Formats: sequence, C-alpha cells, structure tokens
Amino acid sequence: MLEIKNLHAKVGTTNILNGLSLTIKKGEVHAIMGPNGSGKSTLARIIAGDDSYDVTDGEIHYKNKNLMELSPEERSREGIFLGFQYPVEIPGLNNSQFLKAALNAKRKYLGIEEIDAFEFLKMARETIKRLEIDPSFLNRGVNEGFSGGERKRNEILQMTMLEPNIAILDETDSGLDIDALKVVAKGVNEFRNQDNAVILVTHYQRLLEYIKPDKVHVLSEGRIIRSGDESLAKELEKTGYIAEKESKK
Amino acid sequence: MSANKEEINSLIESRYKHGFVTDIESDSLPPGLNEDVIRAISARKNEPKFMLDWRLKSYKHWLKLNEPNWAHVDYTPINYQDISYFSAPKSDADRPKSLAEVDPKLLETYDKLGIPLHERARLAGVAVDAVFDSVSIATTFKKKLSDAGVIFCPFSEAVTKHPELIKKYLGSVVPYRDNFFTALNSAVFSDGSFVYIPKGVRCPMELSTYFRINAANTGQFERTLIIADEGSHVSYLEGCTAPMRDENQLHAAVVELVALKDAEIKYSTVQNWYPGDEEGKGGIYNFVTKRGDCRGANSKISWTQVETGSAITWKYPSCILRGDNSIGEFYSVAVTNNRQQADTGTKMIHIGNNTKSTIVSKGISAGRAQNAYRGLVRVMPQANNARNHTQCDSLLIGGDCGAHTFPYIEAKNPSAIIEHEATTSKISEDQLFYCKQRGIEEEDAVNMIVNGFCKDVFKKLPMEFAVEAQALLNVSLEGAVG
Ligand SMILES: Nc1ncnc2c1ncn2[C@@H]1O[C@H](COP(=O)(O)OP(=O)(O)OP(=O)(O)O)[C@@H](O)[C@H]1O
Ligand SMILES: [Mg+2]
Repeated sequence: MLEIKNLHAKVGTTNILNGLSLTIKKGEVHAIMGPNGSGKSTLARIIAGDDSYDVTDGEIHYKNKNLMELSPEERSREGIFLGFQYPVEIPGLNNSQFLKAALNAKRKYLGIEEIDAFEFLKMARETIKRLEIDPSFLNRGVNEGFSGGERKRNEILQMTMLEPNIAILDETDSGLDIDALKVVAKGVNEFRNQDNAVILVTHYQRLLEYIKPDKVHVLSEGRIIRSGDESLAKELEKTGYIAEKESKK
Repeated sequence: MSANKEEINSLIESRYKHGFVTDIESDSLPPGLNEDVIRAISARKNEPKFMLDWRLKSYKHWLKLNEPNWAHVDYTPINYQDISYFSAPKSDADRPKSLAEVDPKLLETYDKLGIPLHERARLAGVAVDAVFDSVSIATTFKKKLSDAGVIFCPFSEAVTKHPELIKKYLGSVVPYRDNFFTALNSAVFSDGSFVYIPKGVRCPMELSTYFRINAANTGQFERTLIIADEGSHVSYLEGCTAPMRDENQLHAAVVELVALKDAEIKYSTVQNWYPGDEEGKGGIYNFVTKRGDCRGANSKISWTQVETGSAITWKYPSCILRGDNSIGEFYSVAVTNNRQQADTGTKMIHIGNNTKSTIVSKGISAGRAQNAYRGLVRVMPQANNARNHTQCDSLLIGGDCGAHTFPYIEAKNPSAIIEHEATTSKISEDQLFYCKQRGIEEEDAVNMIVNGFCKDVFKKLPMEFAVEAQALLNVSLEGAVG
C-alpha cells in the first residue's frame, strides 16, 4: 500500500531524513518509535504533503501512484490521514462544518453524492457516541479551547468519519489519561481492517498493549535503525534508545 | 507550515468581477467647483430657495476648512477642481415612471452586477430605489409603502414634495459644519434616499438602495435622511458596487438617521466599491459620514456593515444616545486586500440615562492592506448608568498586512461600565495545512475561516443580504488557487 524508498529530506540546510525506507502492506499496523527530534513527525508530514520540507532524494509510492505528484488535498482524498502531533486550533471554524466539508471534498473527488446536513449529523452523532466524545464537540470551533487530550480524540473522530486507507497517528497517545487512551485505542481497533493500514508514532509501549502492532521500527537520526515485532517495543522500554544507538556503533 | 508566502499571496489576490463601464451618455457639468456650479446644481433640481441657501452656506464654510489628515490612511491629495459635480443620464427630462421604461442598457448593467432589479424586487418583496450616477431612476413598491404612510423617495423629490420635513431634519444630526467632507457634501450633494416612517408604523418591507458610480471623474455626493417617528420601525439596506476605473474616484456621502421615542432603525450596508488593482490604482475613495440620533426615549439605532471595497475607506457610523434607555449598536466586517486601506469604526455618545451601546468590529487584512479600527465611547456627565461593550477582532491573512486598533474611551460619569475586548488572530500556514490534510482546498479553507470569524456580524444582517455578504467576502479574498 505504501512504499518509501531511500527518503532524504531537509529543512533549509538541516538534513532531517537520511535514507529512510519503509514498506507497509494492507491490513498491517506499524509502530514507529525513536528519540525526540529523530524525524518521526517529519516523515509523517512529508507523507501528508507538507512542502516546507525539501525532499532531496528517494521515492514514495502509494497505491502504485507516485505520491510526490499529488497535492496534500489529493493525498487526503486518496485515503491518507494524518493525526497531528499538535492539532492546530482554528477559532471560528465550526467543527461540524469542517468535518462535513472534509467529507464532501472526498466524496466529490470519488464521484460519490455529497452528504446532506441531516445525514451528516446522524453519522457524526453516532460516531461521537461510539468514541465517548462529548456531543458539544461538534458545535465548537475546530480544536478551539480543546485540552490536549480532547484534541487527540478529535483526530480520532475525524479519522473514523473520513475512513482513510492509511492512518498515520503521530503521538495520538501522548497526553492522554488512561480512560482516553482506551477510547483512542478502541477507535483505532475498530477502524483497522484487512484493507487499511495504520502507522502509530509513539514513545510508549503502553499504547501497543492496546493496539497490537505487526511491526515496530526504531527511527534515529533520520533513518530506521532497527525493525522487529512487538517485543522490540518492550525491550526499548527497558533499555532506552541510548543503548540502542550505542549497540549500533 | 506547508503553504509558502507566494501561495498565500496568490490565494488572496482577487479580481474585481464588476469591472465594466456602461456607455450611457452622461449629461455632466464641467469639472470645477464655485458658487455658480452650486447654483446650477440647485437650478437643475428645481430646488426651493432654502435649499440653495443651505448649499451656499455649506460651501462658504467648506472653503475655510482643510482636509482631515489624522486617519491611518495615505493617499495622493484630491484636486477638488478636477471633479465634475453633476452628472445625470441623458434621458433625465422624461424620467421613467416604471421599470419597463428604464433604459434596457441600465437594467443590463444591474444584471451584470448580479442585481436583477425586477426579479429581486418582486421575489424578495424589497422596494428598490436605485441611484445611477446622481439621479434616482427606478422606484418600486411605492403603492404598498404609501398605503402604510411611508415616504420612500429620491432625496431631490423629498426636497420639493416634503420641504417641511427636510427643513426640520436635514443637518440636524450631521451639521454641514461637522467636518470637511460633510461641508462639501452639503454644498454639492447630488441625490440619495429619503425615508419617513410615520408614528406607530412598522415599515411593511425592507428598504433597499443600490448605488453605483459610473461616469468618469464624477464625484458622488449622496445624501440620505431617514426619520423614524415615534414608535415606528424600519430596516434599510444599502449596497453598492462600481465599475473598474483608472482614476481614483471620490465618494463622500452623508447619512443621517433620526429615531424618535420608541422608534427603531436598522441600517445595513454591504459595500463593494472598486478597491483598485493590486497596486491600489483606480480604486474608490470612500469618505463617508454616517450618524444616527436616538433622539427619543427607548429608541434604538443599529448599524451593520460589510465593507469589502474601496481603495480607501474612512467611515465611522455613529450613534448619539440622547434619549433615556436608548440603544446604539454597531456591527462591522471590514475586509482589506492588496493595497486597500481602511480606517473605520464608530462613535457611541452616551447622553441619556441607562443608555446602552454594543460594538462588534471584525477586521480582515490580506495582501499588503492596512485595516484600522477607531472607536470612541463617550459618556457625558449627565448620563447615569451607561453601558458599553466593545469586541474588536482582527484577522490577518499572510504576513505583509496590518491591523491597528485605536479605542478611545471618555467616561465622564462614574456610574458608566465600559468593557473593551480585542483579539488578533492570523490564518497560519499550519491551519491551512491542517485543512488541506483533510481534503479541503486552501481557498475553501480560507473562506470557511473568514466566514466563521464574521458570523457574529453576518447574523445581524437580513437573510438575503447575509448570503450576498458571504459571497462578496469570498470574491474579495478569491485567488488563483483551484
Ligand atoms: N520546519 C522545521 N524547521 C527547522 N527544523 C525542523 C523543522 N521541522 C523539523 N525540524 C527539525 O527536524 C528534527 C526532527 O523533527 P521531528 O519533529 O520530525 O522529530 P520527532 O521525531 O517527531 O520528535 P518528537 O519525538 O519530539 O516529536 C528536529 O531536530 C527538528 O527541530
Ligand atoms: Mg514528533
């Protein structure tokens, strides 16, 4: 579904990604771990089409398309979803209006009839209930005055409504209390199926107890230095990244 | 983070959709201003002597004044001798009695402007008094209004048919000596609208006027006077749009509102003067004096405006809260793009007891535009228990524009409660990337954010105007994207 080959990227003169390769197949859940500043969010944003990074080398293929040729909007409508590490506030823009616009942008692109206000509300209310989100969310501005945890839940709400093919969740578990973490995990587990894929960027093994990954990767200094299964995450929890880096030297 | 500066710039770049000129021959006075010109204007309108005397008095006063230069705007000085002070469509002699008689070219023009006059009038039940250049041409729904006793007619008609009302109220809210532009307007005003709502009458429909500027180099000096007698109620809509022009055009209107005891006036404006090109060339200079007088107890005057046009806007719709318990409101959205400059705001003068005022100002700047809010809240010593709440928000799109807030508060009575809140926000690249990541086009994202920002003001507009205002805003911020 997603194939990244030898990706190099920089901002200004700073190299951030230095030859990163990663292949993700349908139905898989990959966890990406790694120290602060190693390039996890950068990778996620580049996949989503953030052009403030210069991709200097490498390729990204998605559903057999050259992803670099698509605009961020097109990538989204083609089924790429990024749950942001720091979801931004958009004061004054109503959450439900925003969600409906996003949903209809995708439907229009796919040639499906646009959803009307009534149908949309029904769908939104059901999803909100399932995710144990406060119904007042819908009437507030996008992330406006939301707590850190509420913002993360809002990302999961959007993911659930938009039904992407690949969901990249950048530290969606950070800053969540234990109940919220369970809600987020439940949302992801209900979302995953044989036809889609999930990338979980996380610092904590805790999340992976709720969402079982197929693969775990360690990202360091802009490249993947180790890949393994679930047990790798447990090991890292004990040893930390320093040991990991040292052992590579 | 994603969209770079150029992208944002191209996004907010807009083309004026209504840029065309109708070639109806204008019957204009040669450029220049002196007593003879004023006499000629007055004579063409068959004005009674009191009107001419007033014009001349205003002119003499104007000669003593200098143009104000304190507004946060910057423009090349206007040569008042280069302006032609009167222009009328050629067919002035036999003015049309109904829309059917209106020059089809004119109707076509309104059509291009998206103002299907007859349709709109019929469907929406709106009476339309359209000003084309300086002379009013079409007036509809006269009957329904006159049955209710409402007078709604061109200002020049009111001068001859209702001189007693004109004598009593003209200049009673905005004296000719008020400022440079009011003195000029009082001397040379061309036409405009006159409204009188008799005691206890609720005006049976929204009153609406569309203005536009056409003939080249013709100053526009509208004069509007609205009087709501005791216990009456009226909602007046004003909208305008102008064809593309290469010279700067001066527009110095005066609007006076009088609300007597228990009366209410709602005055809404959606303004779309030509703002000039990307360099600010060719736009309208809009120097307007609008003021309402809550003369009677329990009266209310509410200004709602959406400003998207003009190269320069200088405008402070104000309320004098004279009557006890009177209420003044000001809801404003001002959009400036490219090289546009706007210095707008309001004045709330509290004189009566228990008077209340509300100010909600939303300023949007894009491109290299400058947007200034200037508001005065003055509580006179005799005004007990005055209340004011001001909310003043600015939205910046891109990094080269500016927003400025100048609140002036003068409370001379200790019982006054005055609240002022101000915010400045910015449409950031991060917000746009967030929207794009959800599949929403940049342009749609900007429109949604802007409309959300303005909703407190939009919801004060009459329905059909709110839709138009929203569309207008989208056009004003429209760009090459998509
Ligand atoms: N727009 C930018 N301008 C300059 N430097 C940047 C930019 N974006 C990222 N960087 C730098 O690139 C490096 C990688 O950042 P990134 O956000 O991808 O790290 P991360 O792995 O997500 O870290 P964390 O675990 O703290 O979220 C950091 O050193 C960061 O400062
Ligand atoms: Mg990160």
